[in-house]
Amino acid sequence: MLDSLLGGAGILGTSPEMLALFVGFGLVVGVLFGFFGMGGSFLVTPALLMLDYEPSVAVGSGMAFVFGTAVIATLKHHDLGQVDYKLGAIMITGTTIGIEAGRASVYYLESLGLAGGIISVAYVVLLGGVGAMVTRDALKSNGGGGIDHEAADKDLDEYEIPEIAKTIQQTVRIPPMVTLRGDVRVSVWVITAVAFATGLLSGFLGVGGGFIRMPAMIYAIGVPVPVAVGTDLFEIVFSGGLGSYLYGQGGGVNLGIVAPLLFGSALGARIGSAATAVVDADGIKIYFGGMLLIGAVAVGIGEIGSYLGNPTLELLGLVLVIGAAVVVAFAILYTTISSLRQERHQGTTVTD
Amino acid sequence: MAGLEIPTWDPETALLIGTILLEAIVLYVGYGGLERLFGPYLMKLLVGGDADAR
Repeated sequence: MLDSLLGGAGILGTSPEMLALFVGFGLVVGVLFGFFGMGGSFLVTPALLMLDYEPSVAVGSGMAFVFGTAVIATLKHHDLGQVDYKLGAIMITGTTIGIEAGRASVYYLESLGLAGGIISVAYVVLLGGVGAMVTRDALKSNGGGGIDHEAADKDLDEYEIPEIAKTIQQTVRIPPMVTLRGDVRVSVWVITAVAFATGLLSGFLGVGGGFIRMPAMIYAIGVPVPVAVGTDLFEIVFSGGLGSYLYGQGGGVNLGIVAPLLFGSALGARIGSAATAVVDADGIKIYFGGMLLIGAVAVGIGEIGSYLGNPTLELLGLVLVIGAAVVVAFAILYTTISSLRQERHQGTTVTD
Repeated sequence: MAGLEIPTWDPETALLIGTILLEAIVLYVGYGGLERLFGPYLMKLLVGGDADAR
């Protein structure tokens, strides 16, 4: 059975060059995920689509990669006590139904021959929208987009519930009500609605959905930021695991893609996470927003190239999407090492 | 339209997803151990001097 798994799923079928590319790309994606706390899966599915993988393989393998990344990140957040298991358990139902609806839509569109185009267009809108939001916030310098590193260090009791969350908690009081970590009391139906909407997105695009679910948990449900991050990851372990299983049954998960991506991203996430202790995220956030916008343009160019049958345009799209991620990851590493060297130099000067 | 699907037991797919789960756990533990072993040395190499590994 293992032979068929390895051979059929493609770990032996993937060339050494592609394995090296996936490990390297995983490393870059891991650094971004570890540093910004989001964006882990944004670039994987579009890149696979541009590498001419079937839409169901690109989305299924992207989702399996998200699943593996979420397992690693949840283990870390569990150690820090930042996972609300009750909230996670409630969200699983809504997300599961949402993912299954999204997945069924992908296979339906694939049967019509429209999946690649529609998923690419959805990515252009998504990357462009989130990229514009993050860039605008970075220009305003008021945080937003990704994890607020300073906020993540506060005690749970110190968090103020956003006004909009208070309004939702006071307006939507359909029983049953539950009490969550950080003394938040909210209707189960609000949690389920948030879970379904983000699950639908996950199933359709093969993304974790954290970039929507995290803000939704903070602003619609009202949970503290670190709990939103930890619980989101815990929830992705289940939703991503189930989604990967369903895609895997249809032959949509390629271990030859997922294993090397995960190998690189697990290391990259450690580096990115360690860098947050040294570098101020706000300074680099604008590059992250820019990277997402370039990603949107790249997917658009790749799709036009594919439509026109122009391989140069397809290659340009792929180079742009990977190049933008590499540039931002290197900017993080360079700034981190420079800051550490500067700190050491200042320490030495003071001692002298 | 392709209908909503109730997951059915498929040993080969379960093994595939189990392999990814196992790889993730091994990587978490493995990289954690490597960080403890080589982190301080790597930091000295990158930053120079006696900087602590973060």
